[in-house]
Amino acid sequence: MLAVRGLAVARGGVTLLAGLDFGVPAGGALILRGANGSGKTTLLRTLAGLQPPVAGRVALPAEGVAYAAHADALKPVLTAAENLAFWAAVYGAGGDVALALAAVGLRDLARRPAGALSAGQKRRLGLARLIVAGRPLWLLDEPTVSLDAGAAAAFAALLAGHLARGGAAVVASHGEAGLPEAPELDLARFRAPPAGDGADDFAGVRA
Amino acid sequence: MSLWEYANPARFMATSGAVLPWVSALAALALTAALVWGFFFTPDDFRQGATVKILFVHVPAAMMAINAWIMMLVASLVWLVRRHHVSALAAKAAAPVGATMTLVALTTGAIWGQPMWGTWWAWDPRLTSFLILLLFYLGYMALWAAVENPDTAADLTSVLCLVGSVFAVLSRYAVNFWNQGLHQGASLSLAPGERMDVAFRLPLYLAMAAFVLLFLALVLARTRTEIRARRLRALMARERAG
Amino acid sequence: MRALLLRDLRLAVRAGGGFGLALAFFLIVAVLVPLGVGPGGTTLAVIAPGILWLGALLACLLSLDRILALDWEDGSLDLLATAPIPLEAVAATKALAHWLTTGLPLVLFAPVLGVLLNLAPAGLAWLALALLVGTPALSVIGTFGAALTVGIRRGGLLLSLIVLPLYVPTLVFGAAVVTRGAAGLTTATPLALLAAITALAAAILPFATAAAIRVNLR
Repeated sequence: MLAVRGLAVARGGVTLLAGLDFGVPAGGALILRGANGSGKTTLLRTLAGLQPPVAGRVALPAEGVAYAAHADALKPVLTAAENLAFWAAVYGAGGDVALALAAVGLRDLARRPAGALSAGQKRRLGLARLIVAGRPLWLLDEPTVSLDAGAAAAFAALLAGHLARGGAAVVASHGEAGLPEAPELDLARFRAPPAGDGADDFAGVRA
Repeated sequence: MSLWEYANPARFMATSGAVLPWVSALAALALTAALVWGFFFTPDDFRQGATVKILFVHVPAAMMAINAWIMMLVASLVWLVRRHHVSALAAKAAAPVGATMTLVALTTGAIWGQPMWGTWWAWDPRLTSFLILLLFYLGYMALWAAVENPDTAADLTSVLCLVGSVFAVLSRYAVNFWNQGLHQGASLSLAPGERMDVAFRLPLYLAMAAFVLLFLALVLARTRTEIRARRLRALMARERAG
Repeated sequence: MRALLLRDLRLAVRAGGGFGLALAFFLIVAVLVPLGVGPGGTTLAVIAPGILWLGALLACLLSLDRILALDWEDGSLDLLATAPIPLEAVAATKALAHWLTTGLPLVLFAPVLGVLLNLAPAGLAWLALALLVGTPALSVIGTFGAALTVGIRRGGLLLSLIVLPLYVPTLVFGAAVVTRGAAGLTTATPLALLAAITALAAAILPFATAAAIRVNLR
């Protein structure tokens, strides 16, 4: 499903991680561990294709990925259902909005503007987008932030269901990701050797 | 050896460091010679009198105002296609020089225009075009200054330079359409008829060459400064990363 | 694409979407100019084409930073960039949505302001036509400027500095159409050139816009 070979990623011209080699099979998940600033978000953005890799290769499934960042990409003046329907149309996978809302326990709030939802409800609505996207590989950045225990458990069940249907996920998480048996990848081991911004080109200049 | 090897910063620093004193000296020499020749050893024009002699500054400055933008366009394309940092930094370094040339052309034009046309400023198509060119330079430089990450800034300014070039040409035609103008036609055109006298033309050619050298020296010096600034950034980032 | 267009239109007309602000600004310009230059009918008639075009330009400029900044802040732009639709089409659609909510109302409203500014009756139809042909270019160019400055905090002023010089050809030909139309002269040349600039901008700028968005998302 996902194969990464010799990947190096950079943020703001500074290489953070190098020598990453891992794969995620269909039905499998991988949990990224690391302190703040260790490059979890940068790695996910690189996997999602938002950032070019510094080195190495990323092989993604042909059907594409669904990426969920810190921000939930919700428009406060649109209702929960409208927000979701928009993303369903963009991904064009024919995802059922009502079903997705029910799956995250927001069925009764479908007609409420997203701006009037609580932080946890917004987060759940953001995760419902993954369902309507209909993509096999989920790239999740701290998905359980601002979810209460019940909602976190519901999300874990959702994720387990996705994996059981042959999907895959890469999850960056500090705390419980709800996947006790999933392998973990500690990014501290891949920290790039200290080299600066454009260092190959510039640090060696004799001035 | 490939030309692209000069795009390596270390290589560029070594070569430009050796070349820069010579280019600077040559530029100073040529500029002095051209201006002394132009101001003191050319006859007064039968209509314009001594005021005509400002052309030895005005015309080369106007020429370099446009050439600097063209150089930035080429450097931007090189950056976008080949990702050579020196190229992006050279484009950045050239912009203030080009803007200054534009300003010099506009100012000398105004000083020349006052006795000739009886007004400091007229919305003549050429003057207007240069004023618009100045705005393009300002926008380009402001974008460089506003974006923090140098590679992002290089990419964005390069795209702006490309798009700006297209619109600068369109503006030139638009302005021509808008007002037919007072300005004399190109003085150095190869068409027969109203051509400049050799007594003016030779020092003018020399002045143009001098301005090219001056531009080259300034851009080389500024590019070197930019590379040193980038090196400083790189070293500081390395220090922080520990 | 249709979903994105409909969403942007819906966002514009819902509360806080800023729909109508540009129109109100256009109206204020048309009211303030006579107060500044005096009520003399002939003076107003002479400067009306330029003032109306400038007003449209500035009204358009006002709303440019909203085109992409909100989608940038709430993460929608990240998702649009990873969604299975070309970013070039996203750029073009966003420009179209901006034109429908800003440019088109200006086109429809401009003849009324033309009357306020004492524009010759023959010029009113030309004013609307010139704005109809020219304002799409303003939206497309503006979207490009918004893409360049989307990652910059308080980039509004910079956006104006970058975009306004790019508006020069559209302004020149657009105002020329109205001036000539009002004077009863032939308008074919400036109108064709105005249309050419709009077509050119619409053809090439979505690519530059998408490139700038990609760079900023990096």
